[in-house]
Amino acid sequence: MTPAIRTVGLSKHYRQVHALRGVDLAIEPGEFFALLGPNGAGKTTFISILAGLARASSGRAEVMGCDVVRDYRQARRLLGVVPQELVFDPFFTVRETLRFQSGYYGLRRNDDWIDALLERLGLADKADTNMRRLSGGMKRRVLVAQALVHRPPVIVLDEPTAGVDVELRQSLWAFIRELNRQGHTILLTTHYLEEAEALCSRVAMLKEGRIVALEHTERLLTREAERRLELRLAPPRLPPALQERLIECREDRFCLRLNDYAEIELILGRLREAGVRVEELSVAQPDLEEVFLRLMRRA
Amino acid sequence: MNGFTTLLYKELLRFWKVLLQTVAAPVLTALLYLLVFAHVLEAHVEVYPGVSYTAFLLPGLIMMSVLQNAFANASSSLIQSKITGNIVFVLLPPLTHVEFFLAYLLAAMVRGLVVGAGVWLIGVFFADLPLRQPLWMLVYALAGSALFGIIGIIAGIWAEKFDHLAGVQNFVIVPLTFLSGVFYSVHSLPPLWQAVSHANPVFYLIDGFRHGFFGTADVDPWRGLAVVIPCLLVLAGLTLRLLQRGYKLRF
Repeated sequence: MTPAIRTVGLSKHYRQVHALRGVDLAIEPGEFFALLGPNGAGKTTFISILAGLARASSGRAEVMGCDVVRDYRQARRLLGVVPQELVFDPFFTVRETLRFQSGYYGLRRNDDWIDALLERLGLADKADTNMRRLSGGMKRRVLVAQALVHRPPVIVLDEPTAGVDVELRQSLWAFIRELNRQGHTILLTTHYLEEAEALCSRVAMLKEGRIVALEHTERLLTREAERRLELRLAPPRLPPALQERLIECREDRFCLRLNDYAEIELILGRLREAGVRVEELSVAQPDLEEVFLRLMRRA
Repeated sequence: MNGFTTLLYKELLRFWKVLLQTVAAPVLTALLYLLVFAHVLEAHVEVYPGVSYTAFLLPGLIMMSVLQNAFANASSSLIQSKITGNIVFVLLPPLTHVEFFLAYLLAAMVRGLVVGAGVWLIGVFFADLPLRQPLWMLVYALAGSALFGIIGIIAGIWAEKFDHLAGVQNFVIVPLTFLSGVFYSVHSLPPLWQAVSHANPVFYLIDGFRHGFFGTADVDPWRGLAVVIPCLLVLAGLTLRLLQRGYKLRF
């Protein structure tokens, strides 16, 4: 199957900076994919090249098999981009903005879909309001609507929830999830790692223009994240057999390394033998943030 | 609507929504020139036999307004979009560089011609202005608005801040238009400055445009066209090349 997004040896250097250094990536149709990385890792450059806003120094990029340079018109029709910056045209109303955006893609009568988007994004009563008068969150929703006016099969969201309140963030994700279920491929960059963890089936981590991890989210978490067993013990004493697992202890709270969930039984057995009672027990779930930080330090 | 007609419509609507600033204000400025200069010079200057100074001045002012406003429309639209970042809305869709060019160009021409028509409409209350060769008038109005629309596009693409654009406007556009025979016939200048004027393409635009009204001017309108058309073609080619390469638009 043709990948929704494919890059081969994608590099970009500006005068002083190497923004991308040979990125090879293939995102399958229907995936919900996260591109993570610290500021300046090259995420926005990657998206800009896909969208035709920047030109690669070498390598190539394709959207649904269409080269973003040679076959740029088709590639751009297949792609919807929600830019990171909160940009808008202060001359026009919400509806005018969306009608123009439709027209740029050659869509003559698109009002039914525009109305559906306005409805879905909670903008129906703002259709005839000038863009200037909208709040930041509303402007962000219009940006999402603009990216979707031409019903692109591949949707790219460049940090869409930066500075967005919780309610909007949740409704936005519900909508994007729905689009993903309908078959749209989603590429997301975000600083909120819990979002990537909750939404994305695969993640790639970029650092200094290189991919340092590319894996299914769960597999990455299983492989990279350290699972921990947290216990409150009475009396607060850890049997010698368990000392090697100890990560840290504070008063009666002990945090133990756990390689496998099956080991819990073994640990509890040792505690029972030593006559130590377990007052509280919890397993700390691996979290993408931890993995992210660890990989970034290591890479 | 296809991409081109949408972008053209958007660009037209953009200046139409602020008509006071984009049309009424430049018309008023031109009329102030007309009132002041005509009042001071009417009794002293007769450039062509039987043509009053006010009538002589009017086509020059109309053309100056056409040129300055065609330039202003394209350049200010582009710089505003670049600085506010909303230029991405026209860079993301599948518009070709030719569509982009033509949409900004035609919108600039329309704005220039609308302002020019406004100056003319009100100016005729102040002077008896004939229209002897309307075709020449039209040819030069179109050529002039196109030339300065293109210069506006180039300036808008090149400029990175409003200051850059103000530089082009104040140090290139205004001197070129002022020193091109808007207010006088170049025949009244010393030989050196006559020669300098003949090197200024805007001189031919104003002169050819004036020829359309009076049927006479400083140089033959065909000769003027031989200067203006190559300028137009070279600059159009350059602009298309810049847009195709994404100069200062796609990084």
